[in-house]
Amino acid sequence: MTVGAFVWRPWAVLGGFALAAGASFAYLAADFGTLLGLESARQMAQFALGFVPPDTSPEFLGRALTGAAETLAISALGTLLAALAGAFLALPASGRWGRWLRAPARLVLNVLRSIPELVWAVFMVLAAGLGPFAGCLALAVHTAGVLGRLFAETLENTPPEPAAALRDAGSGATLAFFYGTLPVVMPQFTSYALYRWEYNIRMAAVLGFVGAGGLGQMLYVSLSVFKTHEAATLLIAMIAMVSVVDLLSAWLRRFLGRSGA
Amino acid sequence: MQVGVAAAPRDPALPARVALVAVGLLLLWPALELTEFDPRKLFEPSSLQVMGRFLGTFFPPALGQEFLGLVLRSALETLALATAGMALAVGLALPLALAVSDSLSISRIGPAPHAWLRRVLRAPLRFLLIVMRSIPEIVWALLFVRAVGLGPAAGVLAIAINYAGMLGKVYFEIFEAGDTRPARAILETGGGRLHAFFYGVLPVALPELVSYSVYRWECAIRASVVMGFVGAGGLGQQMELSMRMLEGGEVVTMLIVFFALVLLADAISALLRKVLT
Repeated sequence: MTVGAFVWRPWAVLGGFALAAGASFAYLAADFGTLLGLESARQMAQFALGFVPPDTSPEFLGRALTGAAETLAISALGTLLAALAGAFLALPASGRWGRWLRAPARLVLNVLRSIPELVWAVFMVLAAGLGPFAGCLALAVHTAGVLGRLFAETLENTPPEPAAALRDAGSGATLAFFYGTLPVVMPQFTSYALYRWEYNIRMAAVLGFVGAGGLGQMLYVSLSVFKTHEAATLLIAMIAMVSVVDLLSAWLRRFLGRSGA
Repeated sequence: MQVGVAAAPRDPALPARVALVAVGLLLLWPALELTEFDPRKLFEPSSLQVMGRFLGTFFPPALGQEFLGLVLRSALETLALATAGMALAVGLALPLALAVSDSLSISRIGPAPHAWLRRVLRAPLRFLLIVMRSIPEIVWALLFVRAVGLGPAAGVLAIAINYAGMLGKVYFEIFEAGDTRPARAILETGGGRLHAFFYGVLPVALPELVSYSVYRWECAIRASVVMGFVGAGGLGQQMELSMRMLEGGEVVTMLIVFFALVLLADAISALLRKVLT
């Protein structure tokens, strides 16, 4: 790019986007004029003020804490189940059980992964009833697809020599896998699973909107019955939980990075 | 083979592994309790019956003329919702990013009127951006559904607020990371903040800004499908209805349309970003 030359491409994209946005507003035909107007701003302000002050009665704080613990439990158990299922599915998906099973296993992983958690959650609420168990299963199923793919890629990129050495020395295929391959891939598997757990904590907090337990379900219920002060407490709890997890994981990463270097 | 080797434990790491698993299970116990973990629930006759009926309706996918029209309209609504939300988000994020950015601040290059006041004003704006982006879009959607009613307007506002928070932060980082000398030169020779922005910062940062925004638009499409589940319009809202009615065929059709929509957004976004670099 020469200095002073007019960069037209970003402007072209921007122009196209502006056209698309105009068409979108027209298509939605919602009355955005009034929606962004003064009267609506006043109503919104009133709605927002209805959340102040948050409910800080000890009894409700206790329930919010239980909700947060439930959310953490859903995410932890869901991710653990997903890691186990993902590791199992990764074996055929990396071609270790023969050439023919590779494509079908990948298809299964892709389907699990492409259906959003929230859709799975509605399914699981139908299958297992309302409550945190459904949320846990929904996270497990979706995350198994995500982790299974990552695990399969790790397995494919693992050096085969350690396992081959064990087999040459007369060990069976299973033992060769457990002592020759698994120790090599385990750090990578663990780091993928932990990264995904962090993401799933956020997800577990909102899965409750369709009845899958945790803070989300409490928030949904309290908004439905117009207990806005309770909802404010739950929102703060949600933000606090996610921020603490963020800080912890950043700190842990730095710590691990330093010890690893 | 020597006797000594045969008598050695077959798995030298076995005790350690068993211990690790035992400790893990012990730690997991409270989680199992809290999540009411009980696989038997899946096999209760009543839930088996419901699921059986639901899964039975999955094939064939619903392909009625009227229904396909409805799905197409919902898919378009999802596209429109994401695009309109992004437009508002960009419109909100640019001034916010500009306001919190130091590289454009007159107070940094020398004495300016009310320098301390400007610095103080920047802090709450940064906090506002953090709040906007740390509440997930679907929570915003739920709140806006209560505030403005069911329908795509709630989704548009949710995307606008949440994505403005994210875009604002990233725009700000792009401004700071870019070459700030042209902007400084304009400021030091007496140009205003806006002049410095349009002639010093924007020409350098624009490709990256647009490229990131296009990527976010792709995310907004995925998000807007999901937001429908709390009543914020689009394909998600229809999908939720069909699931509640146990209409498996309709769900399958809509999932296929959803995949197509995501693939389309993926392709458009990849193409645009390739053009931009």
